[in-house]
Amino acid sequence: MKNTKHDKVVVIKDLYKSFEDNEVLKGLGLELYKGENIIVLGRSGSGKSVLIKIIIGLLKPDSGTVEVLAEKIHELDKKELIKLRLKIGFLFQHSALYDSMTVRENVEFPLVRNMRNMSKSKINQAVEEVLDAVGLTDTIDQYPAELSGGQEKRVGIARTLILKPELILYDEPTSGLDPVTCEEINKLIMKVKERYKTSSIIITHDLACAKQTGDRILMLSEGKFLRQGNFEEVFDTDDERVTGFYNYNFIESNEN
Amino acid sequence: MLSGSQRTGKYLISKNLDNFFIDIRELTRFTLQFFKEVFVPPYELQETIRQCYKLGYKSLFLITSTAFITGMVFTDHSRPSLASFGATSWLPSFTGVAVIKALAPLITSLICAGKIGSNIGAEIGSMKVTEQIDAMEVSAINPFKYLVVTRVLATTFMVPLLVIYSGLIGLLGSFIDVHRNDQTSFTVFMYDAFSKIGYVEILSSLIRSVFFGFTIGIIGCYKGFTTTKGTEGVGRAANSSVVTIMFLIFLEEILLVKFFNPFYYG
Repeated sequence: MKNTKHDKVVVIKDLYKSFEDNEVLKGLGLELYKGENIIVLGRSGSGKSVLIKIIIGLLKPDSGTVEVLAEKIHELDKKELIKLRLKIGFLFQHSALYDSMTVRENVEFPLVRNMRNMSKSKINQAVEEVLDAVGLTDTIDQYPAELSGGQEKRVGIARTLILKPELILYDEPTSGLDPVTCEEINKLIMKVKERYKTSSIIITHDLACAKQTGDRILMLSEGKFLRQGNFEEVFDTDDERVTGFYNYNFIESNEN
Repeated sequence: MLSGSQRTGKYLISKNLDNFFIDIRELTRFTLQFFKEVFVPPYELQETIRQCYKLGYKSLFLITSTAFITGMVFTDHSRPSLASFGATSWLPSFTGVAVIKALAPLITSLICAGKIGSNIGAEIGSMKVTEQIDAMEVSAINPFKYLVVTRVLATTFMVPLLVIYSGLIGLLGSFIDVHRNDQTSFTVFMYDAFSKIGYVEILSSLIRSVFFGFTIGIIGCYKGFTTTKGTEGVGRAANSSVVTIMFLIFLEEILLVKFFNPFYYG
């Protein structure tokens, strides 16, 4: 089935972003369709994290338009932005769990703050449901410092799911994890997509993650998308920037 | 928000002076944002009460010991000077004025600057560098309201209470010294101690401590919110919170004492 304009979850046109003299994004364009997982692949410092921080409205672009769920995110006022963000989940690279709170408090925090009239029993039910979805019901009363890297990512994913988002942005979901845990997180990303019917943008430099979780891959280099397509299409090229990235990451993932 | 030290490139005057003025501008914006957010719902009452407990109640031991020792030592040191012209009977009123008008507000606020200011700067700074503040923002939560407004309200409310408490404990320390030497009763000591203190003196101390409490909260939060450069930045935020708060407390003390002086002496 061909996707139509109404199925577009994110539309980015002609996006530019610089930090002083360093031009990070140079006229990017991107479209994410409903139910799709797209991967933005690129080296460290290529601007991948800047791109998703622009999509969620944490950073402002120098120029260009970013439409998320049919709203131009950088033209929204504070109230409208908060309303839109309730529909977007964001998994941070280092999970960004609140260290003074238990797993339960971390997961329920967005719900408690945004749905102030919700009963305690409904909140507990929602927390248990998302923790069950990520397979972490046993750790509910632990603090982030007591969790492994993989468990922290799972709690991070649970926290994004608690508000039932339509779009999830993953920033390096498998970074710093061992290959077995990476595999588990990749499976979890796919499970989330199936169970919660989400669309996702996944920022990574992990080829295994890209191959397993991506419907479409966009290769970011020097502030622009060099190539896009499925995994084979993207890497079927003689362009040294792409083959170099592939070879380096292929060796790195085999060494792991 | 840019902190002064984040700016590089061409400077209008010099790097340090430019950064200093940028910091003042950003701090002014930060403070204005506090006044904008504090009156707008939702009100984080539960979190404010938790911060009052955390920042105020948990400082009690330090405040108690410092105030008690200060009162006692101050009285002990003042005794020889007054004794040299046979005026030791003035000790209660002398220490009463010193503790209530000067020592309690200033010493308590400086202790709070060290304990609470550094705590807020380090805690919020650590949340900033580990993206916990961004995590709140993307979860549709207003981090300024949740983190800043609650802490500033807590310090503004709790520091005056701690000042009252510290004043009473300081007088208790002073009483023990006076009683040991002159066998003065508690009732007589307290009557003498408050004989030279009126409502204006007490009100002046309370108003000054409201300013000091607000300064501790807003500077601690500002330094935390503008933290950069990882764990090193967190240490710097804690340190510079304390230094800036102490400097501002002394500055405010000079200005407010000048302001209140006409009310004391007519």
